[in-house]
Amino acid sequence: MTRQCVVGLVGLALLGLLIYPINAQDETDRDPLLDDINTLLGVSPESEPEPVEQESPELLMEFFGWHGFWEVRGGYRVLNDPYQKDMSIMETRFQLDLGALVDIYELRFKGDAIGDLVLEEGDFDLREGNVAFSPLDFMDIKVGRQILTWGTGDLLFINDMFPKDWQSFFIGRDVEYLKAPSDAAKVSLFSDWVNLDVVYTPQFDPDRYISGERISFYCPMVGGFCGQENYMNSDRPNRWFKDSEFAWRLYRNIDNYEMALYGYKGYWKSPAGSDDCAEVQFPDLNVYGASLRGNVGKGIGNVEVGYYQSRENESGNNPFIRNSEIRFMAGYTRELAKDFTAGVQYYLEHTMDWDNLKDNLPIQMPLKDRNRHVITLRLTQLLLNQNLRLGIFTYYSPGDKDAYLRPNANYKLSDNITLEAGANIFFGDYPHTFFSQFHRNTNIYTSLRYSF
Amino acid sequence: MSFSRIAVWVLLCSVMVWADNETANQDKTPEKTETPDVSTIVNKANFMAYYQGQDGKSRVKMTITDKNNTVRIREFNILRKDKQDGGDQFFYVYFLKPADVRKMVFMVHKHTDIDKDDDRWLYMPSIDNVKRISAGDKRTSFVGSDFLYEDVSGRSLQEDTHEIIETTDKHYVIKNVPKDKKNVEFSYYNVWINRDNYMPVKMEYYDSNNKMYRKIEALTIETIQNYPTVVKSQVTDLAKNSTTVMEFSNVEYDIKLDDIFTERYLRRPPREAMR
Repeated sequence: MTRQCVVGLVGLALLGLLIYPINAQDETDRDPLLDDINTLLGVSPESEPEPVEQESPELLMEFFGWHGFWEVRGGYRVLNDPYQKDMSIMETRFQLDLGALVDIYELRFKGDAIGDLVLEEGDFDLREGNVAFSPLDFMDIKVGRQILTWGTGDLLFINDMFPKDWQSFFIGRDVEYLKAPSDAAKVSLFSDWVNLDVVYTPQFDPDRYISGERISFYCPMVGGFCGQENYMNSDRPNRWFKDSEFAWRLYRNIDNYEMALYGYKGYWKSPAGSDDCAEVQFPDLNVYGASLRGNVGKGIGNVEVGYYQSRENESGNNPFIRNSEIRFMAGYTRELAKDFTAGVQYYLEHTMDWDNLKDNLPIQMPLKDRNRHVITLRLTQLLLNQNLRLGIFTYYSPGDKDAYLRPNANYKLSDNITLEAGANIFFGDYPHTFFSQFHRNTNIYTSLRYSF
Repeated sequence: MSFSRIAVWVLLCSVMVWADNETANQDKTPEKTETPDVSTIVNKANFMAYYQGQDGKSRVKMTITDKNNTVRIREFNILRKDKQDGGDQFFYVYFLKPADVRKMVFMVHKHTDIDKDDDRWLYMPSIDNVKRISAGDKRTSFVGSDFLYEDVSGRSLQEDTHEIIETTDKHYVIKNVPKDKKNVEFSYYNVWINRDNYMPVKMEYYDSNNKMYRKIEALTIETIQNYPTVVKSQVTDLAKNSTTVMEFSNVEYDIKLDDIFTERYLRRPPREAMR
């Protein structure tokens, strides 16, 4: 909570910075407050020789206007879940998305005010509150709250270790909310030969994982389901500058084939362990990986691999901490007909020390397969002058015998108004497998959004 | 996805900015010379349409009016740079409207080699995602507009046979018949090309019953930095009874663009793209 408050204050301060320039532009000469802003940002306006901007004070600052959306979204479970309300989502959301250029700095603010009837609370979710600038020709820096993404998968992630919001994903929020923000500094270095991104997150940013708060799930420790009544406490590493994360990506294009190497030092992003008190844990994790993406035939092909080194269970003997894994995926997308696109992916999670896991597993806990295979299929059809988009994304695991379907219809009633309806459908043969455990959370939803 | 199409389309537009005066003047002898052969005309028109200036920038506004008089607006900035004159090109499209696609970026590395598909990327700022887009059906609408992808990216001259059917005071009229009819919805199309500067100013598409069902017209032409530039054009779909008007503003040529056509600038759009 404290952290949320701090972040909120920082966001408001940034908002102030963004809004102020509107008024400042009316002033003929340099305003003292403007100087204060520059001082705050560590710039001396005089020392930044941008001749064009010097000519006119208005050019020193540029505000990109008031943008955002207002949305109402509601959804229900179609099956009875004894651990959850029937409402799977029932909320209204107002997003403000502001940006400004101030001298060499680009400021961004994006925040959602939410009224949530499921948890019966109001909330503010700061999505972005950051400053970006290029101190050198070959360097970009972005500091603050930001959304970060890299990697080649479509709704599958191997080397993207930035936080995800699986709750939002499963209850039918816009897919943009699958990516949760990071409080981080990103430094990018560019050259003709290779480029490097380094992301430092001073305090561990976990996933907004399935905790039972909105989506019930199978708890191996309990041997049954956990939901709103009994969701588990977490033991999250949360010391600033000690429990930090460090991620990097080295990448280049050769003839527009995009190749990248990745590294990560931090923690499992969703709970991957538990202690004696049944508190969920985020054990230490390193990830090393690589990816390749480019045109293949008439479509786009990609492959990506990662080695997940579970540093608190390197022998694989501890059944309460997730084993090390090799993860792999390969995908292909192409347009099959006019306005009809299909994408297919194969994904593998290979447990490294599965024999040790098997030998040490308590008898009441289910043993997962050594290899978990997942196949995804995305089909998208555009209709009515491309104002109606019908799509379905399917995850299917033949070994686990479970599946997750995401049908969605999105209609642009006008340039400003979008209507959407969809479902999250989970099923499977066993109660404990990844998608099957969410079976009773199967839901349908609809929304109306006004964008401005 | 559909935005990517817009983008492509934009390309077309900027492309339609043509006709280097100097070149035009050299060729401007319609009264006294013989009509050039058809391949010279279509090659020059193609060149004029796609390669004026080393680079350029424009604000583009598309107004789509459907048969029910419902109006939708698309607006974006487009930056173009030629890798080599008459050859590969780069395009960068920064969307401004409608609100739900604002700040999205579409980037194309266009390849003229007939065996090599264009490379395309879409950047979605809300999730900081750089997505690769596959080459699609080129006769698909852009963002529900009446312009097609191919109107924007250009149609290879090798795909049609060309014939001069009329030479008027001002225009060469070229009839273009597809060599492979399977992949297109038209049976032929005619193009009016200005005799003085080889600018294509009108295209009419005919179906198998010899009935015109679609036309594209240049409505306003201005000379900007010595480049005759189509600043307003319109496509009319007679079958669907809808029109799309495309307007260019803030057109600038030879702005000495840096190499902004990379992932770096997808994630962090340059200021000249945002304004």
